[in-house]
Amino acid sequence: MGAVSRSMAAAAGLALLSLAACNRAAPPAPKTYPVTIANMAYGPTPTGLKAGDAIEWINDDIFQHTVTAQDGSFDVDLPPKAHARTVLKTPGVVSFYCKYHPGMTGKLVVAG
Amino acid sequence: MIRRTFLAAAALALALPAAALAQGAKPNDAQIAHIAYTAGNIDIAAGKQALKKSHNKQVLEFAKEMVRDHTAVNDKALALVKKLGVTPQDNPTSQSLKAAADAKLKDLAKLSGKAFDKAYANNEVAYHKTVNGALQSTLIPDAQNPELKSLLQTGLKLFTEHQHHAEMLAAGLK
Repeated sequence: MGAVSRSMAAAAGLALLSLAACNRAAPPAPKTYPVTIANMAYGPTPTGLKAGDAIEWINDDIFQHTVTAQDGSFDVDLPPKAHARTVLKTPGVVSFYCKYHPGMTGKLVVAG
Repeated sequence: MIRRTFLAAAALALALPAAALAQGAKPNDAQIAHIAYTAGNIDIAAGKQALKKSHNKQVLEFAKEMVRDHTAVNDKALALVKKLGVTPQDNPTSQSLKAAADAKLKDLAKLSGKAFDKAYANNEVAYHKTVNGALQSTLIPDAQNPELKSLLQTGLKLFTEHQHHAEMLAAGLK
């Protein structure tokens, strides 16, 4: 009995220590990455995206554009010189395009 | 009806290169600015006509986009010529474009409903193809000022996108 309690306590202690170690090693907070639209094209999308990160879309073009997810997860309308933020809630690959200029396309790769 | 539309589209498609050839000499920057501005204005006028006549959601959205995008380019073009101190110069290519477009507007004015929508969409495909060809073969290579050349290159990307969008619209109306 006593031995079991001791090992349980030790296991719990070890678990707490591991948790604390994990917490220290984990990234501090989700990041926001800018992606600029100019001259009828999306700028390069960032690598190393994780669920919870966000994209700040900046329309530096003279035309109105959208950033529309193929899977319907987001649809951002951006008048010229406007900006808007999209939080990437779920991991996966999301292709997006502009509803007005469907030749404009891009892809986000979001890790878990 | 369909035959007339095809003929008009073909005539328009021929109008620009023919005029450009007839002109002989290469256009200067003041003429190129005028041609580009005229080409934009023509599509704005066509878009405004469609906004008045059509009841089709896709056609209306497309027409709004044409008016919005071409107004944006033309505003930019006006600001650029002002900055450069260039006065856009009328020329046979601009005149030919304008004359063909005026005739097309009159033709389209006689149509309504689905017939109008189809004719508008088909003409937008033909028109954007024509202007893309002129931008690639003449206007961009001949432009001397780098800022004008860059604006024309943006215009080419825009017209190419519009052409694809118009093709999708036309295919959806069949």
